[in-house]
Amino acid sequence: MSQTTDLIKYTLQIADNALVLGHRLSEWCGHGPILEQDIAITNIALDHLGQARSLYQYAAELFNNLPLVEKNDLFASAVLQQKINAEEPLDEDDLAYLRDGWDFRNVQLVEQPNKDWAYTVARSFFYDSFNFHFYTALQNSADKTLAAIAEKSLKEVAYHLRWSSEWVVRLGDGTAESHERMQTAINDYWMYTGELVTMSEADTAALNTGNGVAATALKQKWDEQVNAVLQEATLARPEDGWMQQGGKDGRHTEHLGYILAELQFMQRAYPNMEW
Amino acid sequence: MTVHSFEQHFEDKIDNEISIEPRDWMPDDYRKTLIRQISQHAHSEIVGMLPEGNWITRAPSLRRKAVLLAKVQDEGGHGLYLYSAAETLGISRDEMLEQLHSGKAKYSSIFNYPSLTWADMGAIGWLVDGAAIMNQVPLCRTSYGPYARAMVRVCKEESFHQRQGFEIMLTLSKGTEVQKKLAQDALNRWWWPSIMMFGPSDDNSPNTEKSMRWRIKRFTNDELRQKFIDVTVEQTKILGLEVPDKDLKWNEERGHYDFGKINWDEFWNVVKGNGPCNKQRLETRKKAWEDGAWVRDAAMAHAEKRKNKKAAKAA
Repeated sequence: MSQTTDLIKYTLQIADNALVLGHRLSEWCGHGPILEQDIAITNIALDHLGQARSLYQYAAELFNNLPLVEKNDLFASAVLQQKINAEEPLDEDDLAYLRDGWDFRNVQLVEQPNKDWAYTVARSFFYDSFNFHFYTALQNSADKTLAAIAEKSLKEVAYHLRWSSEWVVRLGDGTAESHERMQTAINDYWMYTGELVTMSEADTAALNTGNGVAATALKQKWDEQVNAVLQEATLARPEDGWMQQGGKDGRHTEHLGYILAELQFMQRAYPNMEW
Repeated sequence: MTVHSFEQHFEDKIDNEISIEPRDWMPDDYRKTLIRQISQHAHSEIVGMLPEGNWITRAPSLRRKAVLLAKVQDEGGHGLYLYSAAETLGISRDEMLEQLHSGKAKYSSIFNYPSLTWADMGAIGWLVDGAAIMNQVPLCRTSYGPYARAMVRVCKEESFHQRQGFEIMLTLSKGTEVQKKLAQDALNRWWWPSIMMFGPSDDNSPNTEKSMRWRIKRFTNDELRQKFIDVTVEQTKILGLEVPDKDLKWNEERGHYDFGKINWDEFWNVVKGNGPCNKQRLETRKKAWEDGAWVRDAAMAHAEKRKNKKAAKAA
């Protein structure tokens, strides 16, 4: 494994989080509980999608400069293998639309379904609480492109965190019904939060080269953030307990397959065309 | 002033192209007509998010996905400006939504047609937004100030959408055989419904005369329809596609295209609720509203708690 391969995996890990969460949030467009929030959540989806695109473009650029044998090793999907063997360069869309689930490196949290506004808010809140500190640290990456993307994204991510934190508080300290729904959502998605601050192989490799961030070191900041907001929201913090793992290494929940089936449908049905 | 002089004052303003503002006296009928029209317009934006929203998760490239998402979001924004403009006439957004959900208020019938392929994202942007612009540009000079100002913002964005839609069609028409086929199929399905978007023909449009007199409307349905056809047929040629109307023919004498007979039976049926997606669209909107009730209640309750806390602190 070369350093570039490691960097590609690390970049994809960040990109896939952004794409999959953006996809989930975009499912709300036109269906929000109130028009202003329909617009706000779509805005956030667009931010994530924009970040994903910058990161995929970078990953594709790194990939296209790899020697062939390393290219062959990275992605299993038959369509991608064909392209690689035909020596076609990959682009952002190939990475998003032609990889299969086991080559996606997002955390399991972001692929969890929207269910209702409370679950959607809980998922975003957990992720944003991580992402804000993550991007803050990534600004110091030895890799100039990642550092620049982090710097550019941080303003957006700070807004995401404010938005989701405010909603946790509003629902937690709203009506009896909203309190119960918010607590249930927090409890149910809690087991997906551990993976955010657990080091994957890609995380470790990126940390060693100075390109990445020590995810485990963000745990304390994540805890402080989450505890403060939950307290203001009059919600109970669940026990840490058993945490689900595997997304960063390509082992996902059943939900990801359906997301990809929908996301990738056009490219699968009508391959090799310009849209 | 007597009622008569109020009315005279109002008519003078209309005649002199001075805009009517929320605090000005206006005839009840003028107010009612505007509420009907503006709320219908706002509802069209909101329901109009659905057929395009249908393809957000399946857009064929990341760039197309971002553009589509931003477009549907813009429509939500237009809904917001328009509901606000209607609120200046003394009706609340909740009341308007109630009228939408009960079926009392209408929205543009075009959104009761299904979006079946990706090419529909092109056709909707090009034809539906194109027709909307024809209808809406004159509204930037409509007599009611808040409506006119909202429309200035709406029109700017709509013309951007129309170009994006045309660009999708252009990409398809320059693409592979199957992409051309997708483009032609979308044109076939959206052409007639787009033509119908201008509403019934002038001899069958009960609201036109009064709206023209009050300068809410500036052109008749048939005038706008003709203008749309003349412009759009030329664009179809650039795309190398065929307009699905065998009677379409340039009329040298009139300086316009003659076109085939519109199926008004279909038009009125879709208006009455028998279109392919009327039930589905309304149910989707109602579901979003009902599912969101506890969220809105929570937001209200929380705001109230905050206010009380602040008051207690101040005391």
